Amino acid sequence: MQYPYLKRLPGFEYLAPETVGEAVELLARHKGQARVLAGGTDLLLDMKRRQELPQYVIGLKNVRSLDFLNYDESGGLSFGPLVTVHFVETSPLIKEKFPVLSQAAATLGSVQVRNLATVVGNLCSALPSADMAPGLIVLGARLKITGTNGQRLVAVEDFFRAPGESILAPDELVTEVRVPNPPAGSGMVYLKHMTRSAMDLSMVGVAALVALKNGTCDEVRICLGTSGPTPLRAVKAEEVLKGKRFEANLIEKAAAAASRECHPRSSLRATAAYRRDMVKVLTRRALTRAGEQAA
Amino acid sequence: MKLMMQLNINGVLHESEINVRRTLLEVLRETFGLMGTKKGCNEGECGACTVLLDGKSVLACLVLAVEAQGKRIDTVEGLAENGELHPLQESFIRHGALQCGFCTPGMLMAARGLLNENPKPGEPEVRQAIAGNLCRCTGYDKIVKAILDAAGRP
Repeated sequence: MQYPYLKRLPGFEYLAPETVGEAVELLARHKGQARVLAGGTDLLLDMKRRQELPQYVIGLKNVRSLDFLNYDESGGLSFGPLVTVHFVETSPLIKEKFPVLSQAAATLGSVQVRNLATVVGNLCSALPSADMAPGLIVLGARLKITGTNGQRLVAVEDFFRAPGESILAPDELVTEVRVPNPPAGSGMVYLKHMTRSAMDLSMVGVAALVALKNGTCDEVRICLGTSGPTPLRAVKAEEVLKGKRFEANLIEKAAAAASRECHPRSSLRATAAYRRDMVKVLTRRALTRAGEQAA
Repeated sequence: MKLMMQLNINGVLHESEINVRRTLLEVLRETFGLMGTKKGCNEGECGACTVLLDGKSVLACLVLAVEAQGKRIDTVEGLAENGELHPLQESFIRHGALQCGFCTPGMLMAARGLLNENPKPGEPEVRQAIAGNLCRCTGYDKIVKAILDAAGRP
């Protein structure tokens, strides 16, 4: 632990299923002793640090059916767990229809990390700072989860349980992300506050989605990252604006509400009090920018 | 657990029996003696081990060798062709874009990855592309200029 850079990976058995069925069966057979490897940028680090010592590593690389991305006008976007963060960052379709996702993707790690890391892996690591979570939550995205007992659909908002812990059972796999189309003409933004300009986890991240009708706030969704044990929907802040005129004094009130309803902790990156202040600043900015974009 | 692995490194197919716990970085350096790919932090922060997988820059310390099978792996050793330096290498020399040289292979491969995707990047794109490559001699400015200068050349 003291010299993690000297560490090689601990030993494990490598399993390479070719179908979702095989993957789920392997997970069930080695319950609790297997870890799923998609991009590996979190898992391999945790293993080098001996924070994870799985007996089996299940590589998803050969499950070709998990590497897809589809869009249709009515159903919205859906993509599989092998889609990389870099793909989402650079896809012209996502930039146009779901810009909050490409913005968030661009802030995660380095290009080299984004070329490996997957969006679903970012969610499954379940860190409070997961950059891909707030955008997916304001978009109302859901996850298709496949296990030995069949499938279930879970909102990304309900996916996180605690830092590093999701609601996935040991024999379950996230097999699809479904992102509905946002309300017509909505604006959406992800803002991330870092100590450095790149290659850092967020001190605070805020995603906002705003849809206006005749100057009135028809739809507003706000999600805060690194502002509590899990990504947090700022419901009280949303209530301040919903159905009201979208103007500066209410935006300010909503930002203050978000700052009150979050519960950040102090860590080496920032104190809780500073994070709370930054939630207010970033929420105000994110709402303002999303409102400017909203048609 | 050892497996017979086939790896396409710089266009040449190599075969060897390799433990599945080995990273691509360890295999490049220790199994195949390709020391150009550097081991810096070994935890995904420094970029010294940048190689290309199917043309995209990745960190060899965060890739299992077993998962690099079936993909084309490009290392700094494969940049020069037929004894001729790659335009990026020429440009780094012209601009004096290196001091100790430890970060250079990673910088070159990150730049190569960028040019594969965007042959005419601007300065912000170049800075983004090497944001994950640390240089302790602080030569970033010359490196950025060298990459911009090489951009678009064959």
